[in-house]
Amino acid sequence: MDIKMYIGLAVALFCIGIVGVLTRRNAIIIFMCIELMLNAVNLLLVAFSKMHAASAVGAANPSVVSDAQVFVFFIMVVAAAEVSVGLAIIVMMYRNTHSIDVNFLNRLKN
Amino acid sequence: MSITAIMFWLLSAMAIGSAFMVISSKSAINSVLSLIVTFFAISGHYILLNAQFLAIVNIIVYAGAIMVLFLFVVMLMNLNTNTEPHKHKLLRFAGFIAGGCLFLVILAAMAQAGVGNETVETNTGNAGLIKNLGKALFNDYVLPFEISSVLFLSAMVGAVLIGKKEKINPVDAVEQPNG
Amino acid sequence: MNNVLQIVWLIPLLPLVGFLVNGLGRNHLSKAMSGLIGSGVILASFIISFFVFLQVLNGHMQVLHYFDFINIAALKIGFDFQVDQLSSLFLLIITGVGFLIHVYSTSYMHEETAPHFARYFAFLNLFVFSMLLLVLGANYVIMFIGWEGVGLCSYLLIGYWFKNQDYTKAAKKAFIMNRIGDLGFLLAVFWFISKTGSVDYHTVFANVGKLTTTDITGITLLLFVGATGKSAQLPLYTWLPDAMAGPTPVSALIHAATMVTAGIYMIARSNVLFSMAPLTQCVIAIIGLATALLAATIALKQNDIKKVLAYSTVSQLGYMFLALGVGAYTGAVFHVMTHAFFKALMFLGAGSVIHAMGGEQDMRNMGGLKKYMPITQLTFLLGCFAIAGMPPFSGFFSKDEILAAAYASNATTGPILWAVGVITAFMTAYYMFRLYAMTFRGNFRGTHDQQHHLHESPAAITIPLIILAVLAVIGGWIGIPEIFVHGGHRLEAFLAPVFEPSAKIAAAHGHEHLSHSTEYILMAISVIGALIALTFAWKKFSNYTASNKEETGMGKVLSNKWYVDELYDKVIVNPLNSVAKYFNNVFEKKGVDGLVNGVGKAVNYSSRQIRLLQNGQVSTYVFLMVLGILVLFIIQLFL
Repeated sequence: MDIKMYIGLAVALFCIGIVGVLTRRNAIIIFMCIELMLNAVNLLLVAFSKMHAASAVGAANPSVVSDAQVFVFFIMVVAAAEVSVGLAIIVMMYRNTHSIDVNFLNRLKN
Repeated sequence: MSITAIMFWLLSAMAIGSAFMVISSKSAINSVLSLIVTFFAISGHYILLNAQFLAIVNIIVYAGAIMVLFLFVVMLMNLNTNTEPHKHKLLRFAGFIAGGCLFLVILAAMAQAGVGNETVETNTGNAGLIKNLGKALFNDYVLPFEISSVLFLSAMVGAVLIGKKEKINPVDAVEQPNG
Repeated sequence: MNNVLQIVWLIPLLPLVGFLVNGLGRNHLSKAMSGLIGSGVILASFIISFFVFLQVLNGHMQVLHYFDFINIAALKIGFDFQVDQLSSLFLLIITGVGFLIHVYSTSYMHEETAPHFARYFAFLNLFVFSMLLLVLGANYVIMFIGWEGVGLCSYLLIGYWFKNQDYTKAAKKAFIMNRIGDLGFLLAVFWFISKTGSVDYHTVFANVGKLTTTDITGITLLLFVGATGKSAQLPLYTWLPDAMAGPTPVSALIHAATMVTAGIYMIARSNVLFSMAPLTQCVIAIIGLATALLAATIALKQNDIKKVLAYSTVSQLGYMFLALGVGAYTGAVFHVMTHAFFKALMFLGAGSVIHAMGGEQDMRNMGGLKKYMPITQLTFLLGCFAIAGMPPFSGFFSKDEILAAAYASNATTGPILWAVGVITAFMTAYYMFRLYAMTFRGNFRGTHDQQHHLHESPAAITIPLIILAVLAVIGGWIGIPEIFVHGGHRLEAFLAPVFEPSAKIAAAHGHEHLSHSTEYILMAISVIGALIALTFAWKKFSNYTASNKEETGMGKVLSNKWYVDELYDKVIVNPLNSVAKYFNNVFEKKGVDGLVNGVGKAVNYSSRQIRLLQNGQVSTYVFLMVLGILVLFIIQLFL
């Protein structure tokens, strides 16, 4: 497998996530698309770690390979924390306005 | 084509297809379920790359916990298909175009960078094994590991605090001039 | 005192100090102090000028260099003073007559409040400073500084009573007409610099051979344009009668004795250039004579005492230019001196009369003032004899010298010039004695209140009158022509070194000298004719009764000053005004203002449009973020 396949795949998922953020007005769907983007990045990182494992860099410096996967681990940690807080906010938003339309919150207008 | 390649393409197709489903389905629950399928596909990719630990963690944490949480919230809000307001047609179109442009730009950048031809080690490799990962985690990255536990603590506290129902005291409500 | 020339710089400095003290301290000084300071500095300057004059009389002349004024590449203009016969003579006239007028002003202006009183003396001192700079300068640029300064002070002093709109209009008119002349002067200076690389008198006059005839003619014509503006010749003379709006001592000092003679000084100083440009000399003579004639005709029918004197000044200046035009430089300077004496005397006398009449200036309401103001009357009479050219008064010698020179200048045109000059002299005698008779003789024609108020003026006014009268009588005796006393023309001998180059050129051209008999005949004609004219006027106007008859025919034209002002208004002023209005309405209001305001409006509009970006929608913000990242990527990766 060439790395460009994985890059292409990861970028495609990332862009799909972006399109989802831009297109949807439902706060929860937008949140999920953000998670999708994070996962795309994770995939890319893992692919790069294996790329280095196959190359000379990885032979000389084996920690490079595992560093990437540890990084992915921590991304997941942060994602989990972020989801919990984010969903709490969305629930509060629903309780106050009875809507989860993102455009409903336009107090920043002008 | 080797079995690896077939698996790769299959998983990729699954991932991208369900990602599209996420962003384009009208029902929220459908979106959540499609995202779960996406996560499964990505975990499949991880296994293909012999990152076993991450594959399992991905399924347990993401697909298992986070997505379930999403599902709970969606069901709590009682979202139906027709409660979501429609976005302006022009803005949706613009969004698609923007995303598409970004995709093309990054691909072009990658093509220019010329790194695309290196091979990726699949099916083999020690790096993804849980023993090696554990060693790296507890030898080099102990501090971030511990701090991440503090992060979880603060996230929990924050979530609870945000979710609390505030008791509105009539006296306080009147007295605050700069509320 | 050989070293008095070293303190020549004090002469203009003292009036400048007087200006600063009176100007800055005008709210703190008492009237007595202001008058004392103002007159005192002029007296000090006069004393120093007197010693300088003695030095020059002994043959010591000098060019003093103080500092480099302009120093650009090859052009070096220094702040230099030139002390020679011409400048020292003018120094005496300016400071001497100036001092008398300052003393006179302390009494004449006593009705003003202290700050305005001090302002008056400050301006007068500034004027004297500028005039001194003008005559002391050793190059055309320093002269020009003084030239501009006197123009400015003329404006300030004519418009002294600034609350009156008519007076300020007159002041503006004076200044603007002066400036038109100044343009000619400046162009001449630039021409100098481009052709000779210097503006110093010494350098320019020494290098006169390098200039072509066109150069010289052009430069001299331009210099003469400057002189017409400053010395009120055709066509730039209409400001002088209107300048009578200023206080009478100002009219005496500026518009009789000093500023208007600046043009003559300048031409006398540049005599070598003018002698080499016969065309210009022709122009000068004709314009001078025409001005003299025109002004004299107008003066015949004026009823305001100061206006008569103003037109008389214009007329006498015309005589001076006639003299310059025929090459009689000494004659011109001589007439400057005598004119300063008798004209200042008559203006001050008129001021005394106006003061006694409580501000009345119309001669038709005067009359019979002889018995109320004997000193004023007597001094005024002496002045009238002087200006009419009666021997042995000063005016006779100077005017006669000019007329004789005009006659001798050219075989064919000379007599014509002389004839017109003599006729003008007759008219001068007539209108001056008309003035005298209407004012001082006959019966009083004013109101009862005015009659009660009539009294002789205080000493501060009469003493300068007496001094000037004495000078008007004896002032001509330094210029007694050859035919009476051999070697009697002391002034000519004194000024000979200054006019030497011109004399050489004139001798080369073969100027003829009049025979003695011709001179006697010319003199006799002018004296007898003037005597007849003045007797006629005396008789006619001694028993003048005011009549309300409107002037008709020629009289109407003359009393309306040949409608010259109206002509200027129609041809020059009104078109310029409409052009200015057009520019104001179209360019200024629509163009420039539109542009400036338009910028403001554009900014407003665009900011309002841009503000719509902030619609508070989070999705919009995210969209813009993505766009931004896209742009950054593109720039970074591909550009």
